[in-house]
Amino acid sequence: MMEHTSIIHDYCLIRDHQVIRGDQVLYTGDKSMPPASFFTEIYRHFGMNYPKFYKMDNLCKLGFLAAEILLKDKNLQQSYAPYATGIILYNASSSLDTDRNHQNSITDRTAYYPSPSVFVYTLANIVIGEICIRHKLYGESTFFIEREFDAERLYTYVQQLLDDNLVESCITGWIELDGDRYDGVLYLVEKSPSVTNGIVNFEPGKLTEIYSRRS
Amino acid sequence: MEQLIAKLKNEIIEVLNLSEMAPNDIDENAPLFVEGLGLDSIDALELIVLLEKNYGLKLGTAEEGKKVLRSVRSMAEFITENKKG
Repeated sequence: MMEHTSIIHDYCLIRDHQVIRGDQVLYTGDKSMPPASFFTEIYRHFGMNYPKFYKMDNLCKLGFLAAEILLKDKNLQQSYAPYATGIILYNASSSLDTDRNHQNSITDRTAYYPSPSVFVYTLANIVIGEICIRHKLYGESTFFIEREFDAERLYTYVQQLLDDNLVESCITGWIELDGDRYDGVLYLVEKSPSVTNGIVNFEPGKLTEIYSRRS
Repeated sequence: MEQLIAKLKNEIIEVLNLSEMAPNDIDENAPLFVEGLGLDSIDALELIVLLEKNYGLKLGTAEEGKKVLRSVRSMAEFITENKKG
């Protein structure tokens, strides 16, 4: 029997106007709401207090919220050294949503006022920065752009980080947003489990099973 | 001046996405950065764009910027002293 050295400690999905953590649907929003309004509803519903949330672009809001819910009641700073938790994220549309906003602000040469606060989000990996700042994480981080969610590739990369002892835990998953389309799936993977209940092995099949979940 | 301060507060809330704040929550005499609203360097750039876009005013030097962006009142005073027409 194959031995597993890593587990999926927990996971969070934000999609179809629902927030799911583990086996539970935690919140269901009005399906007519655009993503930005839905994200603000989530922020308020869970009583979050982080005013910078309002300044983030929608991609960062999605990643930030998924991380907040994933890490709720967990204290990574207590469990691991600051450099021992990594963040490896994937999506298909990079920061295109905000890139377009920025492009619109510089198209008219007679009213050329690019917004600094929009421009700073014209990179997909800024979402990693926002999560790291919030949770004081300093570990390995990368944002990959893929055509679609690829459980095998995600597993291989994260497992390598764990095997090489570059990280002991890792926040990883798919944070995709473009216009009204959004899909957020985050997993918390740990090398040395601090819990024994409800754990699942970290392997491509399990990642796909969770990713494919619809309530 | 008070009318301009009220207008500026609304503009600041809008450009800095301070969605949870009302104009009355902003003390026009309080420092905008670090204390007070706790704004950061990106916010400073956004306020510089606001002055240029809405009032046609440019800040000449970093020193002038520090003075002008100290508070909502100092911004209003700068606009009153320099606005053309």
